[in-house]
Amino acid sequence: MSTVKLTVNGKAVAVDVEDRTLLVHLLRDHLNLTGTHVGCDTSQCGACVVHMDGRAVKSCTMLAGQADGANVTTIEGIAKGDELHPMQAAFRDNHGLQCGYCTPGMIMSAIDIVHRYGGQLDEATVRHELEGNICRCTGYHNIVKAVLDAAGRMKVSQAAE
Amino acid sequence: MGVEGIGARVVRKEDKRFITGKGRYVDDIKLLGMTHAHFIRSPHAHAKVKGIDSSAALKMPGVVAVLTGQQLVDDKVGNLICGWAITSKDGSPMKMGAWPAMAPETVRFVGQAVAVVIADSKNLARDAAEAVVVDYEELPAVADVHAAIKAGAPQLHPEAPGNQVYDWVIGDEGATDAAFAKAANVVKLDVTNNRLAPNAMEPRAAIADYDAAEEHFTLYTTSQNPHVARLVLSAFYNIAPEHKLRVIAPDVGGGFGSKIFIYPEEMVALWASKKVGRPVKWTGDRTEAFLTDAHGRDHVTHAEMAFDANNKITGFKVKTYANFGAYMSLFSSSVPTYLYATLLSGQYNIPAIHAEVIGVYTNTTPVDAYRGAGRPEASYLIERLMETAARQLKVDPAALRRANFITQFPHQTPVIMAYDTGDFNASLDAAMKAIDYAGFAARKAQAKSQGKLRGIGVSCYIEACGIAPSKAVGSLGAGVGLWESAEVRVNPVGTIEILTGSHSHGQGHETTFCQLVADRLGVPISQVSIVHGDTDKVQFGMGTYGSRSAAVGLTAILKAMEKVESKAKKIAAHALEASEADIVIENGEFKVTGTDKAIAFPMVALAAYTAHNLPDGMEPGLKESAFYDPTNFTFPAGTYICELEVDPGTGKTSFVNFVAADDFGRLINPMIVEGQVHGGLVQGIGQALLEHAIYDVNGQPVTASFMDYAMPRADDVPSFNLSHTTTLCPGNPLGIKGCGEAGAIGASAAVINAITDAIGKNNLEMPATPDRVWRTINAA
Repeated sequence: MSTVKLTVNGKAVAVDVEDRTLLVHLLRDHLNLTGTHVGCDTSQCGACVVHMDGRAVKSCTMLAGQADGANVTTIEGIAKGDELHPMQAAFRDNHGLQCGYCTPGMIMSAIDIVHRYGGQLDEATVRHELEGNICRCTGYHNIVKAVLDAAGRMKVSQAAE
Repeated sequence: MGVEGIGARVVRKEDKRFITGKGRYVDDIKLLGMTHAHFIRSPHAHAKVKGIDSSAALKMPGVVAVLTGQQLVDDKVGNLICGWAITSKDGSPMKMGAWPAMAPETVRFVGQAVAVVIADSKNLARDAAEAVVVDYEELPAVADVHAAIKAGAPQLHPEAPGNQVYDWVIGDEGATDAAFAKAANVVKLDVTNNRLAPNAMEPRAAIADYDAAEEHFTLYTTSQNPHVARLVLSAFYNIAPEHKLRVIAPDVGGGFGSKIFIYPEEMVALWASKKVGRPVKWTGDRTEAFLTDAHGRDHVTHAEMAFDANNKITGFKVKTYANFGAYMSLFSSSVPTYLYATLLSGQYNIPAIHAEVIGVYTNTTPVDAYRGAGRPEASYLIERLMETAARQLKVDPAALRRANFITQFPHQTPVIMAYDTGDFNASLDAAMKAIDYAGFAARKAQAKSQGKLRGIGVSCYIEACGIAPSKAVGSLGAGVGLWESAEVRVNPVGTIEILTGSHSHGQGHETTFCQLVADRLGVPISQVSIVHGDTDKVQFGMGTYGSRSAAVGLTAILKAMEKVESKAKKIAAHALEASEADIVIENGEFKVTGTDKAIAFPMVALAAYTAHNLPDGMEPGLKESAFYDPTNFTFPAGTYICELEVDPGTGKTSFVNFVAADDFGRLINPMIVEGQVHGGLVQGIGQALLEHAIYDVNGQPVTASFMDYAMPRADDVPSFNLSHTTTLCPGNPLGIKGCGEAGAIGASAAVINAITDAIGKNNLEMPATPDRVWRTINAA
């Protein structure tokens, strides 16, 4: 057992976990942040994507101990109170989700994509960048629309800040 | 229609919880004292279980129990059932071997459970499973249908000699042979419909909780039809009587058919929770999903079509071998028979059809309904054959289809189905216009100048949805009725709860079902909530599959709404001192027509519950229920056209355009309908280009992870150009046909027809990987 100290969604926490515990299980089982999902066991589907120190990571593919001292943001931590993150709003407005299971990972990856490209995105780039996130419901059509929509919204909200 | 009524693109009410991480799936639920189950699964495709030694595991920390298949037998837990009886052509019933939830003696596919470890945590259960020693005696195995029916093949079940479950026929063989005898041209085609793994993104999971004091079970499960699960668990598996078993299917992360069935794991979890006296949770991982979720498709077919001198189809002969895997899953028997061969007329006038379907056991994961279930196999076969015929007869593929379209309705096909309505020319026209079919030749020439092979492929699909009426499916062997139920509860303050037997696992019922209420009563959808997925709340229901929730489930809600409105009108008329016949409902008010007298809906509801001033003899309250059983299947139909380019140097396919023109009857929420089509199209494209659940000759699965099984990713597929043509379904009052499966049914033929058009070779199997396409281009 080890104590892992990290910041999750702005809150400092210290969690005692078995050394073999994955970050996703620390989040889900110990902190009850069940928005981060597990959809595969080979780091392929991306349902578990969270942000660690500002980068998108697959939380099923790292030990909780590797997040010691890190700043982790999950799907539960991106809205400002009742105000949705522009990516969340864009997924809703563009019907970018159906069963909702891949959605948290999709949204976390998509935010990272927009940040990395400074909002300068086209359809081909979005499709290429979403390669690590699998959705079985939407056929990706509306997810791609949502990401492009959100890229515009995020530029506007950044400009306003 | 109003801003939130029928036809409005209302954003989904359910989305907020999913986009904020507040969805509640089975694996998100924790119960006090909960234990965790880990199944020990066979690594062999066929073997005798000689012994299970769990002594070392039982000494490990946190281990509560190790339970085996023999203990299931000892406790008289029932075997899994197949719920649709099929009769072979010789009059004999289908031949089935027993499927125990954990194998006591013989395992017949890789992944079949033989024992389960129950421990305090998931990791402890996994650790202990490593210490359980299972002594297997390997037996010869067979994975391929043709190999399985050969003399001397390994035999799976003594009940099914030759590994044959049934040899079933439909249609008029004599009339079909006569048509072929007179044919001017005969077109032949052999096709394989590749085996698929459904891969809902949420793996299956179950939590069973036994209350010893009440002798009552609660099961949280990833189900598309929790009421059917309760019925089967209770009536056939001796788990508990229905009133002592509550089944809850909370948020479910996709189904696509794979979560219709009642699987061994939830049976074992229920049984184990009583045995260990604590809640038992099982959550599958992705490899378990590949090994144990019912697979889809897996047909091998030879077909011949007869044409007269005017290129009119005169006869159609089909022989299909359907691979069922090692056991008969819940609805498996119906998929290659009544959900497949009854659709072999496609959109065409075919005077004589004869089909023979041979169901075969193999040492592979059981096969059952997967999005479309039989209808994709039928549509793929017919549309590949129509394209082949057009090439052989040297006519335009669209024109050949048009010349053979059914144009008069109702139309009785030679294979049971009576199509109620449709306009196949309209959807073909819409799709051809959308893709600029006339301009294709010029685009092909342009592509050729750049070294690319461009092709266009048409697919005109039809499907039978709703999977009802009960009387009809009963006469065909179904073990259940396929109606739907609903209850409308109006609260005293005028808010409304709709209880439905349909189940939403991505379809957006919490929005679309509210839109009907908004449309009828003029109340905002925020005042309406949908209750589903809990057998303690909803009385009964048949669940969601076969594109039935709108056509059947929503119509049941409509029937209950009509009863509510009728009573509410009586109350309003009494309050307004008017005649009931003069009451109209407008924008949330009950008005006396032609006057300014009105009473708001919440006041009517309040009057119903205060009961101070009701018409004489009227019962208080405002709550009604209805069961709705349709008069026919519904028949969504449409045309998909795919235009793509093949790089002859690599065999790689690139989409240029993909258009879909669907006739789903009335649309409740076009945004949601489009989403259903997008998802279905990509499952069809996935089958055509990427997906294949492969077994080696010894029955070892070689595609049991996302590393090996090619799921469609965002950059594998295009955006789509969708449109709708409309003929209202006469079979239900809302005119709905259903939209959930169309994309998966129609897309694969359009893709393969386009590739074969591009490369100028007709024989190409799915998935058309670059390697396979390149080899086909370069084959002699």
